[in-house]
Amino acid sequence: MNQILEKSIFEYSRAGRSAHAQQPPGADVASAAQKIPAALRRRTAPMLPEVSELDAVRHFTRLSQLNFSIDTNFYPLGSCTMKYNPKACNQYAMLPEFLARHPLAPDTQGQGFLSCMFELQEMLKEVTGMKAVSLNPMAGAHGEFAGVAMIRAYHRARGDLARNEIIVPEAAHGTNPATATMCGCIVKEIPVDAQGDVDLDALAKAVGPNTAGIMLTNPSTLGVFERKIEQVAKLVHGAGGLLYYDGANLNAILGKVRPGDMGFDVIHMNLHKTFSTPHGGGGPGAGAVGVSARLEPFLPVPIVGREGDHYRWLSEADRPQSIGRLSAFMGNAGVLLRAYIYMRMLGREGMSRVGEYATLNANYVMARLRQAGFDLAYPERRASHEFIVTMKRQAKELNVTAMDIAKRLLDYGFHAPTTYFPLLVPECLLIEPTETESRETLDGFVAAMASIMAEAQADASTLKTAPHTMPVRRLDDVRAAKQLDLTWKPVNSAA
Amino acid sequence: MPFIPHTEQDVREMLVTIGAPSIDALFDEIPASLRISGLDGIPEGLSEMEIGRLMGERARLDGRPLSFLGAGAYEHHIPSAVWTITTRGEFYSAYTPYQAEASQGTLQLIYEYQTMISSLTGMEVSNASLYDGGSAVAEAALMAVRAHRKSKSLRVLVPQTVNPNYRRVAISTAGNQGLRFETVAYRREDGCIDREALAAYAGEDIAALVIQQPNFFGQLEDVDALTDWAHEQGMLVIAVVNPTSLALLKPPGEWGKTGADICVGEGQPLGVPLSSGGPYFGFMTTRMEYVRSMPGRIVGRTVDLDGKQGYTLTLQAREQHIRRGKATSNICTNQGLLMTAATIYMTLIGPQGLSKVAAASMQRSDELVEALTQVKGVRAAFKGPRFHEAVLLLDRPASAVLRELEAQGILGGLDLSGDYPELGSALLVCATETKTAGDLARYAAALGAAVQKVRAA
Amino acid sequence: MSQVLADLRYAKSHEWARSLPDGRIEVGITDHAQHALGDLVFVDVPPVGTALAIGGACAVVESVKAASDVYSPVAGTVVEVNASLSGSPELINEDCYGKGWLYRVQPASSSGLDALLDASAYSAVLAAEGG
Repeated sequence: MNQILEKSIFEYSRAGRSAHAQQPPGADVASAAQKIPAALRRRTAPMLPEVSELDAVRHFTRLSQLNFSIDTNFYPLGSCTMKYNPKACNQYAMLPEFLARHPLAPDTQGQGFLSCMFELQEMLKEVTGMKAVSLNPMAGAHGEFAGVAMIRAYHRARGDLARNEIIVPEAAHGTNPATATMCGCIVKEIPVDAQGDVDLDALAKAVGPNTAGIMLTNPSTLGVFERKIEQVAKLVHGAGGLLYYDGANLNAILGKVRPGDMGFDVIHMNLHKTFSTPHGGGGPGAGAVGVSARLEPFLPVPIVGREGDHYRWLSEADRPQSIGRLSAFMGNAGVLLRAYIYMRMLGREGMSRVGEYATLNANYVMARLRQAGFDLAYPERRASHEFIVTMKRQAKELNVTAMDIAKRLLDYGFHAPTTYFPLLVPECLLIEPTETESRETLDGFVAAMASIMAEAQADASTLKTAPHTMPVRRLDDVRAAKQLDLTWKPVNSAA
Repeated sequence: MPFIPHTEQDVREMLVTIGAPSIDALFDEIPASLRISGLDGIPEGLSEMEIGRLMGERARLDGRPLSFLGAGAYEHHIPSAVWTITTRGEFYSAYTPYQAEASQGTLQLIYEYQTMISSLTGMEVSNASLYDGGSAVAEAALMAVRAHRKSKSLRVLVPQTVNPNYRRVAISTAGNQGLRFETVAYRREDGCIDREALAAYAGEDIAALVIQQPNFFGQLEDVDALTDWAHEQGMLVIAVVNPTSLALLKPPGEWGKTGADICVGEGQPLGVPLSSGGPYFGFMTTRMEYVRSMPGRIVGRTVDLDGKQGYTLTLQAREQHIRRGKATSNICTNQGLLMTAATIYMTLIGPQGLSKVAAASMQRSDELVEALTQVKGVRAAFKGPRFHEAVLLLDRPASAVLRELEAQGILGGLDLSGDYPELGSALLVCATETKTAGDLARYAAALGAAVQKVRAA
Repeated sequence: MSQVLADLRYAKSHEWARSLPDGRIEVGITDHAQHALGDLVFVDVPPVGTALAIGGACAVVESVKAASDVYSPVAGTVVEVNASLSGSPELINEDCYGKGWLYRVQPASSSGLDALLDASAYSAVLAAEGG
């Protein structure tokens, strides 16, 4: 990895330099400015870099080389499903006609795009067992928002105005309670039992006439399947509440079990996890939502409908009870195309194998790490597509933390697993290999973990000060938060 | 099984290590009654060659019409280097930069983006981007209510000159938390906020006023007076701006005596393809005093153990994974890849280039209005300065005229009759630097023919 | 083991309160709380003039890894805030019972601090929490 850190793009800037080929010909800035009333004109130019095209290409290429990515490294990041992003999905979603299509172009100028979206809706219905799908939400959390908003709208439409409590297991993703709050709901957290299943007694006490619904991830964030899901569904439905499925872990069960069959009323899918659209260094995601029949009228618009062999947008006029519009146009359309291509390439057979091989890989790494002397959070349970190692013992005996292991793994060329989530398990590493990794890669990871443990026993300081081979060493987060430096400033500027 | 690398021997040996008789046995904790046997509704898988052919056919169905649509999504030239670099695997397939040591590329790029967007909007700080322009307006309204130290009001004024879809998104997103959005009428002569209608709110307890510049009609609002009025009333000011226009227009940080408080907008014009509406990105900048009320990720520069400069996500305690139910927002995604494209775009275009793009877009748009209003029965709806869009009034139904144009391979603009019925038959048109004199002439000729045809029908 | 001062009163949610000679009450967070949060990077205190109810969320203390609400241990009106904290939140880590105080209130009633825990009762709370 490149050891020389790259200077800021602003330090390459020279007044008067530019990428000439990118300048629009024949633009007359002075006369355009004259048409703007003086009081509305910009007086000083924005601080954008003034560099040549080659300067820019080198700078950003070098920056890219400072990153870990799936294309360069194994990424066993629990709960994030960092599987291979097939190149074809990108190439064919970026065909010129797709890129040039304006979002407000009429349906007649988009039958190709709309047919892909319609078929994507249909395929997502099939794999989740839901009655209807909207592709609109732009990320998992956005899908969650849509889901809880639909639950609220459903109760309101029935005149059931008191139902504003959302039940969330304590192991839930942080987005769950945050989403419930954004939807104006009150969050009630319930515990899980020693085996990682929802505590049914606590649930029975929590449900009541104010219950709007429950948000569950299954398999849960603890890396195990929620075995009492049928009883949970019965309890919540019996109390008049609805079941929300957080699709973060859908990869574990793709082709094996469907949320719709488990009794869920609404689900969001992270297409950037299960359906392999890129994470892009933090987005774009896509958080399509699926619903049971009773929630269908409330789906966010637009949705793609088919009349004969013509596809068209269904909007507010077609869906008067919709929770409305969550994006200015049609969500992350280009991401949806990538998911469509991925699903078509996998097809019926490939899609059924995703959950199987993701689970095989997780259970294999779990078995091998157990043999290597690591402690599992739930040793009696099968792993789903991910599992938890706890470093509680090592923290006590060797004074090394889960974070130390995570940082040292970077030196071995492996991205760190998810650390300190779920909050329920002390010193945890949440490990998700995904189905696209080969056995050799998994063996390499296990060997690195074993080697790190040997280092910890010999001299823990190697871990405490890791990483040693990255472009930077551990960063001072306290300084970052106290002495906020959020924009580049010229060295001599007064600020 | 595309993308699964296992050989049969791998599977056998891995199962032995696990101590399970079959892959199916790994699912034995799932109640048998819930298991499915297959996914019959999914078609057979396709090879890359086959999917390439299929997608090519679908793309051709969409065609390549000559488009004069704008209304929040704008066609601009995108330098080749932008997406060549953005789709490098190291950016494309990287995760959120939580492991800072292994993500310095993405983190430094976000820091550079924050710098550019802050400067472009004239504000002090920026986040690492939001979903899109519409959701950014919704988040800005929520933030204004949260950040307002003197008022607890949940009312936000959103004039009719703000993009109607942004208003819809704001209501769907923030309505559940009790925010109330109240519209303010516009003046028929210049398509700008009606100051008399606004004055009716004087003295009331309202959290914020939203001002879009250029507004949805393309007209330029008197932002100084509006900002000062809102501040005198104790409201915060949320600016909604087109980033391209800011090369020539006064940035929100300089509006009125003290500047707008929060600035948001749709980032798509900065190097992001139209792509049927997404993925785009929303940008958000604000004053330093409100940084802790701002949603989304933020990158800061700091030092490592050796004192070497580096970058990391900061102020994370505001976010959902730590703050859970009390987070500023449930957002965990930014539109990282699009922000990457925008940063490379702004670098390649530079300050002069962006001014030229803005100027050329204004020129083309003026020429377009000039050419189209030569057609009998077509006139400009509003007086006053504009950026690169304009509303035209037709003496025949816009929908019928648009259909005729479409038959000629031209997307003639957006029919405003749904959102602004009071205008009658009205069309919002846009031209940017991508349009040539020939394109404009072609549209003018086709419009003449289309209006005539509709009139004859 | 966290430090607990004998002359202060405490809330279960880890705030302390001190009666000042002029009748006002000074409020801060305990040694246990500052230790659990780690290095503080930001403190948000209620503006002077704010009316506080017992148990109401009134301030936020933020570290790199957590942001936590502070619940007012007393009812009253804020009359003074610790201005040093905006530039030096680490004062809470360094001296939580002294220079790291958060704000002072004019109490709403004279009943004062009787409802709060004394040092031994608070120590028992900490022992029960395992800390």
